[in-house]
Parts: sequence; structure tokens; C-alpha cells
Amino acid sequence: MAIDLRTVSITPLRQTFGHLARRMGADKPASRYMEATMDLQPVENYHYRPTWEPQYDIFDTTRTSITMKDWYALKDPRQYYYGAWTLARGKMQEIAEGDFDLVDELGLAAAYPAAGKEEALQVFLPLRHVAWASNLNKAYVSSYGYGIAISQAACYASMDQLGVAQYVTRLGMAFNDLDALATAKTAWLEGAEWQEMRRYVEDLMVEKDWFQVLVAQDFALEGLLYPLIYERFNDKLNAAYSPVFSMLTRFQREWFGETTKWMDSILKTTAADNADNKEQLAVWIKHWRERAIKAVQPIAGLAFGSEADAVMEEVVQNLNARAAKAGIAL
Amino acid sequence: MDMKVAKKLGLKERYALMTRDLAWDTTYQPMDKVFPQTTYEGIKIHDWDKWEDPFRLTMDAYWKYQSEKERKLYAILDGFNQNNGHLSVTDARYINVLKLFLGSTPPLELMAARGFSMMGRQMNGAGPRVACQMQAVDEYRHFQTQIHSISNYNKYYNGMDEFAHQQSRMWYLSDGKSFFDDAITAGPFEFMVAIGFAFEYVLTNILFVPFISGAAYNGDMAAMTVGFSAQSDEARHMTLGLECIKFMLEQDPDNLPIVQRWIDKWTWRGTRKLASVGMMMDYMLPKRIMSFKEAWEMYVEENGGALFKDLARYGITIPKCFGQTIEEKEHVTHQSWIGFYMKPQATPFHTWIPTPDEMDWLSEKYPNTFDKYYRPVLEHLDAQEKAGNRFDNKTAPMNCQVCVSTMKFNEPGDPMEMCFRESIYQGEKFHTCSDHCKEIFDNEPEKYIQTFISSHQVLQGNCEPDGTDVNAADFKPGQNMLDYWKLDKRALGDFNGSDDQKNFAAWREQATKN
Repeated sequence: MAIDLRTVSITPLRQTFGHLARRMGADKPASRYMEATMDLQPVENYHYRPTWEPQYDIFDTTRTSITMKDWYALKDPRQYYYGAWTLARGKMQEIAEGDFDLVDELGLAAAYPAAGKEEALQVFLPLRHVAWASNLNKAYVSSYGYGIAISQAACYASMDQLGVAQYVTRLGMAFNDLDALATAKTAWLEGAEWQEMRRYVEDLMVEKDWFQVLVAQDFALEGLLYPLIYERFNDKLNAAYSPVFSMLTRFQREWFGETTKWMDSILKTTAADNADNKEQLAVWIKHWRERAIKAVQPIAGLAFGSEADAVMEEVVQNLNARAAKAGIAL
Repeated sequence: MDMKVAKKLGLKERYALMTRDLAWDTTYQPMDKVFPQTTYEGIKIHDWDKWEDPFRLTMDAYWKYQSEKERKLYAILDGFNQNNGHLSVTDARYINVLKLFLGSTPPLELMAARGFSMMGRQMNGAGPRVACQMQAVDEYRHFQTQIHSISNYNKYYNGMDEFAHQQSRMWYLSDGKSFFDDAITAGPFEFMVAIGFAFEYVLTNILFVPFISGAAYNGDMAAMTVGFSAQSDEARHMTLGLECIKFMLEQDPDNLPIVQRWIDKWTWRGTRKLASVGMMMDYMLPKRIMSFKEAWEMYVEENGGALFKDLARYGITIPKCFGQTIEEKEHVTHQSWIGFYMKPQATPFHTWIPTPDEMDWLSEKYPNTFDKYYRPVLEHLDAQEKAGNRFDNKTAPMNCQVCVSTMKFNEPGDPMEMCFRESIYQGEKFHTCSDHCKEIFDNEPEKYIQTFISSHQVLQGNCEPDGTDVNAADFKPGQNMLDYWKLDKRALGDFNGSDDQKNFAAWREQATKN
């Protein structure tokens, strides 16, 4: 039964800020995401040019070859402003904490079959460096991207990747203390299987077009890597041994599922804005997809052995399907 | 068992494993191409590993603490709004503090967010990079929670609705904009001294405490809660700024003169920016916390003095401008308020003459200056207003080429004389408000000739509403400033007689009587 509580009702003079009313086409209450995001980045009357890149304004639309009629069309379907984002991550970390505690309490890591452990760690642990690179490349997008819609989403994603790098580090510590992490770092720096991957992320560290970095890092690379490792490889380990790795990488799996919605929506909106964008995105995706396949293939080999090609085929098809769904013909 | 080994790690080692051990020196691309910005300012860093992490917060702990804080904060905001919390503030004049705050502060927090993101990308030490990234994401929190806490006030009071549009257009917001534009266009180390050290460390208390205590003293639970909730973030930011200074100074003796020049420059630039905070403390808060002068003595002279004593072992000396700021602490707030009072048609907040009680409070707090210099001016303006002749200065102001403040400060040692300085660069004359701003100009003239000064730009047709034809035969520059600013007429003028005043009284009546 509804209880009719009353408060003193005063008629407001207006429902929202002027810039939001103009966006919505009406003076009506705006969401906290809108209030925290729309039209907030300065766009004019800058005082000085950057001493580090005087060819540009502080915020400059020409830092990418993508153009948009409205940069705030790049909305986040998750509506993440800081509060919403940190509450979502707070919940995920609580679950992750419970998983790590449980594995510790039941001694599940120590009880894991030795063969499976070695097979898993050689794949998982160097990924802490991949996540670290992802943190840096996303920080580039959030620094030089245009408009708060994209800059804040990239900033949160960048911090998410720092979190991923740290969860992978904890995974290593849970299973095999520091030696495993040191071995994995050597593999990352010198191991043949990891060099194309390292080259890929390092090349992105010097790419200047921030939108291209976003496409190459978030869509092409992570679009192949995350399903391959955090979904398929976990499935394989679960079937062969036990679901411990699935538990300790739950954060990554959930993060990818959720972030994919954001990434796909960004691609779709950008491609829909104009034909040049659509063409440019197709060029980038084709280029970086081929390179990402080259980077991920040897890791698929480590993870799946003779099955690698088939699994790769499947995740590449999925990536192509995502592009197609965003209206980008490859 | 394996876990035991992991548990033995100390906090420091564990944190290093969670941050800098993740990093490596790139080889497919050269490091100086990956991090191209950290050499051109002349700062020499020999060993980035010597960086001492100022705080050790991994992301899982960060999310845990921050989500707890957000949950509480938004619950309080919702309650405050639902219960017409705006009617519980001391009196409607207080709301003008929020207008000043909304226009000046969230836009600058946003610039801090973007600036620290850039630092979090450009610093080539993994330690500072992570610390800067964390500050960046915190700064998103700050501008967003500030907007959310004031959003409900905007529904009931005038002058807040166009802050996003006005941030780059309003003449009096230009000083803050130039401050952050200056920092973000400098190199990364100067940015860290400007924002991380001068702004967030030396001046943070006098920026932060007055607004938040002011909110608490005046019944604004929304703004107060935002401020208290940001406190633990700010504590982290302060340690980052200080560590950065120490790191630079410990890395190479050649860094000292560069860092000293930046400290001198940014302490002064920050001080100029603070004039409006001081004016808020002395004139705009119905219930006052303390005078600006007292705050300056406590937070800057004492705390800041102790800080610079601590830095003396590195060879750092107290900022050059310190003496002048001590002299000015008895003047700037009065000069600023009178300056704003005289422009009733050009700000989205109201101004007013202090009540007789408030004037007495000012006399008591400023025994050396108020009765002698400022009370007579205010009483004259009051008499004029009562005679139906409220002062309204319609002319465009003259601005300092560096800090962009309007020229209104006095000559050092002579409160009756306005201070002007000028420099000639490439045959053109540039005006500054003080010796310190002149020195900043003379050090980097090629930067400061770019300053966007709206009183100049308006004459060039650059401050017109969108769609204006500046080449039309009958075009006269500056005829449509209210449209250019999107400034609601109801937000203009004296507080006395304003809609805010009437509405607040009527609504309070409605909420408290039958």
C-alpha cells in the first residue's frame, strides 16, 4: 500500500541548466550523467597554445581525423559519471575480494594440479604488462580526446586497466609468489611468443591520433584478447582442472562484457555521423585487426596448442560481427 | 604454502609490485618518443626509481573507499534536495556564494582532471604516472559532485543556469581560466609545481576551507558534504605536490633555480586568484567564519612559512611575493568587492552594501584599513543607492596581461594610488597589475602576449553572440554582451529588490508558516 507522505512543494523557476535544456529541446530535469558530462569542456577563447604542441589548441578537434557534428553524441550507454562508475567498480571489487579470500581459505591454489598451473600462469601473468600498456594508451585517449563524454569514459577505462594489471599481479602471488611474476616479466620482455604483442602496444604509445589509439587498443586488441583468454581459455581450464582461474579473473570477464557495450556504441555513433568516419574506421579496424591477430596468435598457441587456429577464427569472426553491427563494412 | 610468501611483502614492496614492476623500458619504440615532454623544460631527472610514492593505494582499495564515500554523499544530497534544504541557509545572500563558486570552481577542477590525465600519460616514471592518474580521476569526482550539489539551487535561483556557457566568456572568470590554461600549456614539471604544489599544497587550505566552512556555517549541507567528502582526496593530492617538488630538487642541483622561479610565479598567480575567495569570506557569507586576513595569517603565513622553512634544506627560499601578499591581505577583499559592486549589470551574482553590523565587523577585523580607506567608499555608495542613484560602471575594465584581473590593486606602500606596470614587447605596450605579474610577463613575453582579454577582444568583434555579422555596416562591438554571456536579466543588479530575495522570503514563509 502506498503511503501518502507530504513535503512542502515549491514550484521551481527552471528544471535544469541552460546548456542541458537546449540539448534536450525542453526545460526538464536532466540525469546526473548529463549534468556531469555535457558541454563542460572549454571549446573557445583559450589563452595560450601548448608549449609542448603549439600547432594545436589546448583541446583541439583536429587531433584526430575523425570528425563529429557533436562530440557529445559519444555518450556512454552505461551513463558512467564518477559516482556511478566507482559504485559499479566497488561492487565488482567486493566480489573479487570474496573470490580471492575463498581461494586462499580453501587452499585452492595450492591444490591446483601442477601441469595446469604452469599452463595457466604462462598465459595469464604476462597480461599484467598488457593491461599496464592499456592503462597508458587509454590515458592518452582521456588526455587528448575531445569532449568530456569520451575523456571521462577513457579515464575510467584507464583506471580499470590499472585495476586489471593489479588483479593479475595478485593472481600470480596467489599461485606462485614472486618468482612467477619475474618469470612472466622476462617472457614479456624476451619470450618469442610475446614480442608481437609488445610491439603492438609500444607502437600505439607513439600513435598521435587518439581515436585511432582507441580503436586499436580497445576494439581490435582487447576485442580479440579478452574473449580468447578470459572466456575461452578459462572454459578450457575449467573443464580440464577446476574453476579457480575463472574465479580470480571474474573482474576482467565482467569488465569486458560491460565495456564492449560502450565501445560498440562509440563505433556505431561515430560511423553514423558521416561517410568519411565510416571509411576511416574501416581502414583502421582492418589494419589493426591484422596486426592484433599477429600479436594474439602466439598466445593462442600457448593457450590452445593445436586448437589455436580454430579458436582464433571464432574470436576474429566475433570481432568482425561487432564491426558489422556498428555499421562498418570491412 | 605460496600465499605465505606473498603476505610477507611489506606495504612498500607490495605497492611497487602493483605499479612500477608492471612497467618496462620500451624497445620497439624509443623511450624519448613514448615520453617526449619531460626534457624540454630543462629539469634533469637521473633516476625515476627514486620517486617516493606519496600514497599507496591500489585500485581495489580505491574503489572500496571511494564507493563508500559516494554512497553516503549522494544519499545526503538527495535528502537535502527533497526537503527543500535551500531554504535552510542563513539568508538568500549566501546563494550568491554558490553562483561565484559554480562559475569559478568546477570548470577549474575539470581542467585539473584533464591536466592530471596528461601528466598521467606523460611522466616517464611509473610512480608519478600512477599518482597523477589517480588525481585525475579524483578531479572528475570533484567537478561532478560540485555540479550535482548545486544543481538543485539552480532550479530556484537565478544566475547559475549558464555556468557552462559562461566559463570561457565571462570577463571575471578569465583570471581562473588563464591560471589553468597557463599551467596546462606549460611543460609537465611546471604543471606539477603550478597545480600540484602551489595550488594544491601552498594555497589549498585558503581555497578550500573558506568555501566549505562557509557552507557549514551557513546551513548549506549539500556543499558542506561535498567538501568534507573531498577532504581525504585532497590530502592525497597535497602529498603528491610536495613529493614532486622534493623529487625534482633531489635529482639535480640544476633544477633548483627553475623550480624556484616556478614557485615564485605560481604562488603569486594563485594569490591573485584568491582575491575573490577573500571577498566571499569578508562580504558574501552572512555568517562569517573568520576574516580573510586571519585566514591568510593562519594558512599562508604560518603554515606556508613552516613549509618553506622545511624546503630551505634544498635551497628553496620563501616566494618573492610573500611580503607583498602580507601587505595586501588588508586591502584586496575590499577592493574586489567594491569593484564587483560597481558592475551590477555584468555578473550573474548580486552584490550589496554590507549592513551596519557587518561594517562594524569589518572595522574590527581590519583595524588598519577598513575605516580609513573602505568604509567611506561603501557609505558613499550606500547613500547614493538610497538616493536612487546606484553606482553602475558601464565601461570595460582594464586588465592585467598576466593574471587578467581588472586593474584595481594599489601601489605597494600607498593604498591611495592604483598600481600599473607596463612592458614593451615587439614595439607594443602590455600592461600588468604588479611587479610580480610584470616579471612573469618579462620572463615569457611570447606566451603572455597571447592572453585573451575580453575587454580588448570585444573591440575586435570577438565577443558577440553566435551568428552576429561583425562586418555589417551598422555593427557596433559590445552592444550585445548579455546575449554573448547568455546572462539572465533576473540575475543582474543589487541583491536588494532581486527576485532571489523576494522568492526566498516567500518560500521560507510558505515552508515555515501555515
